[in-house]
Amino acid sequence: MPTYQEIKTTADERWQRLTAGERPWIRVGTAMCGHAAGAYEVIDALKAELEKRDINAVIDEVGCLGICYAEPLVDILKPSGSRLFFHNLTPEDVPEIIESYLVEDTVPETKVLGYMGDDPIDGVGDMNDIAGINRQLRIALRNAGNIAPNDIYQYISQGGYAGINKALTEMQPDEVIKEVTDSGLRGRGGAAFPTGVKWSFMVRSTGPKYILCNCEEGDPGAYNDKGILESDPHTLLEGLMIAGYATGSSNGIVFIRHGHDGPIDRTQEAINQAYDLGLLGENILGTDFSYDIEVALTGDSYVAGEETALMEAIEGKRAQPRFRPPFPAAFGVWGKPSTINNVKSLSYTPEIISNGAEWFSSIGVNRSTGTAILCLNGNITYPGLYEVPMGLTLGEVVNDIGGGVPNGKELKLLQTGGPLGGVLSSESMDIHLDFDEMRSAGAILGSGGIIVGDEDVCAVDLTRILVAFCQYESCGKCFPCRLGMEHLLEITERIARCESRPGDLDLMRSVGGTMETTSLCGHGQLGFGPIRSAITHFEADFISHIEEGKCPTGSCLGPKHVPKNTRPFATEFVPGGQNG
Amino acid sequence: MPPISDQDRERVHKAINNQKRPTVTVLSSLLAVQDELRYIPDEAIEQVATLMDTTINDVFGVASFYPNFRFTPPGNHTVELCWGPTCHLEGSSYIIEKVLDELGLEGQGETEDNEISFKFNTCLGACSRAPLMSIDHHMIGNLTPESAVERIRSLRHQD
Repeated sequence: MPTYQEIKTTADERWQRLTAGERPWIRVGTAMCGHAAGAYEVIDALKAELEKRDINAVIDEVGCLGICYAEPLVDILKPSGSRLFFHNLTPEDVPEIIESYLVEDTVPETKVLGYMGDDPIDGVGDMNDIAGINRQLRIALRNAGNIAPNDIYQYISQGGYAGINKALTEMQPDEVIKEVTDSGLRGRGGAAFPTGVKWSFMVRSTGPKYILCNCEEGDPGAYNDKGILESDPHTLLEGLMIAGYATGSSNGIVFIRHGHDGPIDRTQEAINQAYDLGLLGENILGTDFSYDIEVALTGDSYVAGEETALMEAIEGKRAQPRFRPPFPAAFGVWGKPSTINNVKSLSYTPEIISNGAEWFSSIGVNRSTGTAILCLNGNITYPGLYEVPMGLTLGEVVNDIGGGVPNGKELKLLQTGGPLGGVLSSESMDIHLDFDEMRSAGAILGSGGIIVGDEDVCAVDLTRILVAFCQYESCGKCFPCRLGMEHLLEITERIARCESRPGDLDLMRSVGGTMETTSLCGHGQLGFGPIRSAITHFEADFISHIEEGKCPTGSCLGPKHVPKNTRPFATEFVPGGQNG
Repeated sequence: MPPISDQDRERVHKAINNQKRPTVTVLSSLLAVQDELRYIPDEAIEQVATLMDTTINDVFGVASFYPNFRFTPPGNHTVELCWGPTCHLEGSSYIIEKVLDELGLEGQGETEDNEISFKFNTCLGACSRAPLMSIDHHMIGNLTPESAVERIRSLRHQD
């Protein structure tokens, strides 16, 4: 097997050929945002046009640069120049762009967004001046949109696998854990538990141990985990290997929801490539460290993202939480010691090992070091996937990066931390991106989803959708959650219909309190959270429904097609009967 | 459910026995069947139980838990519409209403001609392009009620 240096040399040569060779390099964003915007139709048009004109160019599918609103986003790098970006392309735009930029060598007049690189292009602005890009500090997403996710050499040419190489050749496992602990990295899945400390729990166990990477990411409004896997899966694999080396585990499992083809296929392909190069398997890079990674799929289940339910799903069962103790570090998947980390948390570690704990902890604020990876969406001018330093205010995120609320409307609310998180009012714009500050404000940063609502949004209507989601996703194992969510939904729905009964708010608080104290997992424990924060911040909306019998914005009058929970108790299977 | 054809029985057998993954479980086997046939016939439940050396009821317990599994053959095309909070704020309820009208349905299910299956989705994962639908796993963003209906009509015409 080749050494790291030999692989790196090959990668650098290939990168040189790609960026300064004779052929133009065309990169098309095909993360889910690009896909939904029609990127594949644009690629078909590009291929057809290049063939028609007999132009020899390299087309690579890349991930998300963060500015999802500009998708389909295409950039062309001519030999030895800067990248020229085109935004919101349609297949109809393609002939003119190829004709103008690749045949006539002039910058096209329309759809040009900017250039990126050292050599300015005449008449075109610098991409780094664009709001969604200049405030970003990309660590976990450093390669997203820049490299082809399924070309391992491109990843290595950008410094990839240097972190695990350094760990294996220069550091002892306990030094790796110390480095990650000193960096202040806290888990990005929602709980914000220090990653290094979590790793240390598993060190003393012997025998087979597992690192489980949680990419279930069922939060509606969050797509950063899948964004990393689609844009740069190797950074996650490297992070998993570092975690494996640090904790003495020999297996990593990437856990993804079935149906998200982009992230699944790209992760699987990345794993195959890493095996081919000897970066996974036995005696990695000539050391005595051996590591295997596989992808495990779950069916549709939000609760499968809960760490013990996740282990049940990996074992192929119903994704329902286990009782704790025993805790996963002692008794995890297949009864073996396991550590569960979120995609984002693991994806930071290669850079932490390469650049040191001090570098990482110098970014951010207070006990929230590093960056926040935000999914900014809803009623916002520039929705996207933004990685920004911790410590920015929500106002800076919404206005400076997101461009504020469109159509001249006023900002009304922010929904953060997923459906179990909270709702914040427009008065919370001074709150900083800081795990602890957000929590004390009654919301959580959680997995980084921020849904923006404008003045036309009724807090009762949004709450109804959040509660409907939580009810739909209740796994049914413990009754406080199974019945409680159903009660909460019933009451929320009748408030939305302006048919509430006296004492409904108190009844909800009572049901919510019971769920909080008696549910088995976070789903039930936190299920009342969105309602409580909505009542706290938007009491007037509720009062209007309850006392005046009208929805203040009219949004509760819309159609209400919402599926009900379809997870029955395990019913008996009747061959030939109407099952399911 | 009626019994499946010999050909489908063979497809199920192949799907669950040729899984290209290090760890094969009840769930991975069910997903393999669903990928192959787009539904889980009764016999697949039995075959998976045999393969995994467990009971038919244990397998069905897993299958019935995850709403992505279905137990009857779907329509030729599957339309999924997101009703999650972001899509809702962007008007998905009006899109769902129009699409159900167009399909002659009141909720999840198949059109009368069994051409199209309609399914709710909690998050298709591209919220920055909300509201979203997917047609046979192809995602389409920034929908309006009109553009959604148009997509569905063109789906019918292409067959």
